[in-house]
Amino acid sequence: MTDEQSHNATPLLQARGIVKRFGSLTANDYIDLSLFPGEIHALLGENGAGKSTFVKMLYGSLRPDEGMLSWKGAEVSIKNPAMARQFGIGMVFQHFSLFEALTVEENILLALPPQQAKNLRQRIKTVSTDYGLPLDPTATIADLSVGERQRVEIVRCLLQEPDLIIMDEPTSVLTPQEADELFLVLEKLASEHKSILYISHRLDEVKRLCHRATILRHGKLISECDPQQENAKTLAAMMVGSEVADVKRVPQDLHDAKKCLVVRALNLEPDLNTGTSLVDVSFDVAKGEILCIAGIAGNGQAELFSALSGETPVSDVGAIVFEGWPCGADGIAERRRRGAAFVPEERNGHGALASLKLSKNILLSWNNANDGTTRKGIIDRMALARLEGAITEAFDVRMAHPDVEAGALSGGNLQKFVMGREVKRRPKLLIVSQPTWGVDAGAASLIRQKLVDLSRAGTTIVVISQDLDEIFEIADQVAVISEGHMSDMYPIDEVTREQVGLLMGGMDLNGPPEVTAEAMAQSLMRDREAEDAV
Amino acid sequence: MEMYEAIILTIITAATPLLLAACGELVAERAGVLNLGVEGMMIMGAVAAFAVAFSTGSPYLGIAAGIAAGAAASLPFAFLTISMVTNQVATGLALTILGLGLSGMIGDAYIGQPGVKLTPISIEGLSDLPYVGKILFSQDVIVYASVLLLLIVWFFLFKTRAGLSLRAVGDSHSSAHALGVSVRKVRYLAVIFGGACAGLAGAYLSLVYTPQWTEGMTAGRGWIAVVLVVFATWMPGRLLAGAYLFGAVLILQLHAQAAGVNIPSQFLSSLPYLATIIVLVLISRNRTLVKKNSPACLGKPFVPDV
Repeated sequence: MTDEQSHNATPLLQARGIVKRFGSLTANDYIDLSLFPGEIHALLGENGAGKSTFVKMLYGSLRPDEGMLSWKGAEVSIKNPAMARQFGIGMVFQHFSLFEALTVEENILLALPPQQAKNLRQRIKTVSTDYGLPLDPTATIADLSVGERQRVEIVRCLLQEPDLIIMDEPTSVLTPQEADELFLVLEKLASEHKSILYISHRLDEVKRLCHRATILRHGKLISECDPQQENAKTLAAMMVGSEVADVKRVPQDLHDAKKCLVVRALNLEPDLNTGTSLVDVSFDVAKGEILCIAGIAGNGQAELFSALSGETPVSDVGAIVFEGWPCGADGIAERRRRGAAFVPEERNGHGALASLKLSKNILLSWNNANDGTTRKGIIDRMALARLEGAITEAFDVRMAHPDVEAGALSGGNLQKFVMGREVKRRPKLLIVSQPTWGVDAGAASLIRQKLVDLSRAGTTIVVISQDLDEIFEIADQVAVISEGHMSDMYPIDEVTREQVGLLMGGMDLNGPPEVTAEAMAQSLMRDREAEDAV
Repeated sequence: MEMYEAIILTIITAATPLLLAACGELVAERAGVLNLGVEGMMIMGAVAAFAVAFSTGSPYLGIAAGIAAGAAASLPFAFLTISMVTNQVATGLALTILGLGLSGMIGDAYIGQPGVKLTPISIEGLSDLPYVGKILFSQDVIVYASVLLLLIVWFFLFKTRAGLSLRAVGDSHSSAHALGVSVRKVRYLAVIFGGACAGLAGAYLSLVYTPQWTEGMTAGRGWIAVVLVVFATWMPGRLLAGAYLFGAVLILQLHAQAAGVNIPSQFLSSLPYLATIIVLVLISRNRTLVKKNSPACLGKPFVPDV
């Protein structure tokens, strides 16, 4: 759809002069936005720029303090989400709004009006196959991986047959292949004259997918532009207000470096029935090396992190050897005491306690007798306050006042804090899961740079990630986990993104040499189709 | 034969009040509200039922009064915890203490007065069946109601949309709110239902179990009901099993004591508690099941966004 056409049509949704204040903070400061039928419109901005606040008002979860909204040409006041859904506004949330204890089908049923509840299981199957989002309607959410949960959110939204779909970072948990499939879905929806408001941190996909972009910074409308006329760098500059730095990585020769972490034939049964078993996982990481473990969510990453961190000790003591110390059966506290550090995927509840202040969160994760946070067992408040200040400054954690509760930080800022808290300990070994999930471009670049710097200072780092951009920016070596099996390790300069993508799909790169990557991709597609047919 | 019937009948009598009170608490907890005031609501139901039945001579009016008193006793708790966002544990304890004290005051005039006993209803034809007839088809209306109520609760929670919404509120109140479910309304209704059930359980105590009024006559049954809910992993079917197990061991150990078995009576008296805990702990070892059924927002206050 061209600009000229869209401006002749009535906007599907128009927002004018929207203001939202939380106490002294103005989260949205006179925001204008109009969306036309069949348009994919990007909403860009850093963490805390006010994007989520804005879309919550469109969805009726929040009420604007000033300004007006019109829907299909008529002024409306959207009082609650049920009303938004009645209008035809659907939303895919960034922080999942699913019920853990309920099944996929029950979760979807709750969001639909009663008259649409008929033949639900069949309709879930239809929509999920039509759009390439495989789902088991009877599975319980608690047993699903992050990626699968997002699929549930998307299918739930599509079943409401909305005219406008708001998507809050839908690709942040998808593999490149899955993201490509999603883009096809979105393009199909746009061709059906549905509008999509698309929040993302990934500028290249915005450029590729979106017809227009609105950029917010610190709650203010900065610009409305055509992403086709911009490039990732200029978009990022508008978001951040300055240029985003590239990650600087000096290649290093680690052939002679001492092995820091050696994992041999690690086996682990999953916690829950639907988890993934780890089967004979073996790898080793040299001192100062960054090993990235790529893989599609739900292929054993959770179990691997759990075994490496000691949250789930394994019976085979020698399966994990950290600096010559067999520690497979030791718990997380003992591993920390010996100089390992861990950053789990979930920040709230797992990586940090939301109801505690940042300084207390530091205290709890350091918990080492001589780390300077306590004196003779009594908390050294001054030292903690200095540490908290140093960490939040070094990692650019933005907060309303010093030492807020962890729950008061936005997702990206909390992630920066958790990373900073662990990096500050100068660990010998750092294991991180999804370091920049849901984090904006500026913060992601900062976190990645800190990881590279830390490794060059001698820390061994294992990063579990499904973000290929990230992997190719920071890794020395890359391996792929698929269905609980780990691939060989490859030096990052000797593999391509396509090859890693194939490994993520469960292919083997050491197949017969005459088989080309293209043929592999085709056979992979065939396999998938066969699976879908079943 | 006579002996066997008598034992089973007393087991049913012992289990019914537990089942009723626990059934109501299960619904409240499934909606995410931990109400530790069951004991207090139960005894308010008991005293109200006795007083009304005594004054009017009608046990059925007594039952209605018990239900109303239990529901009324739950109202201040609901207002404080749901609207004023007070701590559920502390408020529930306060409700228990309030109920015990208030019932003692109201019931003072009725101590030693003869009660009105609710008479069993024999179902024509069926109650003459050999062995099971008298046990299954010659009970009072509350016993029938208790089993029926449990079935209704099960059906409501797992087969209806409203029940699904209630479970959703208990699992994640913020997600439910985001979907447009009225979290507070659901919780008010669940707490009041819990109160009504506890009141009915109390009415059963003062109209059937021991048809008279004595201060503190609930004797901790409200607490056992709360424990049963947790150990039954919030599942109605297991609640039935748990309540009857507790009732059975309670009655059997009394018979054992009467028969002069050479075991310290203190140990025998603690058997119902021990047996219930052991069996239910064994059942709830399945972590997946517990995780799937425990309401994740249980006891957490809900404050919606502005």
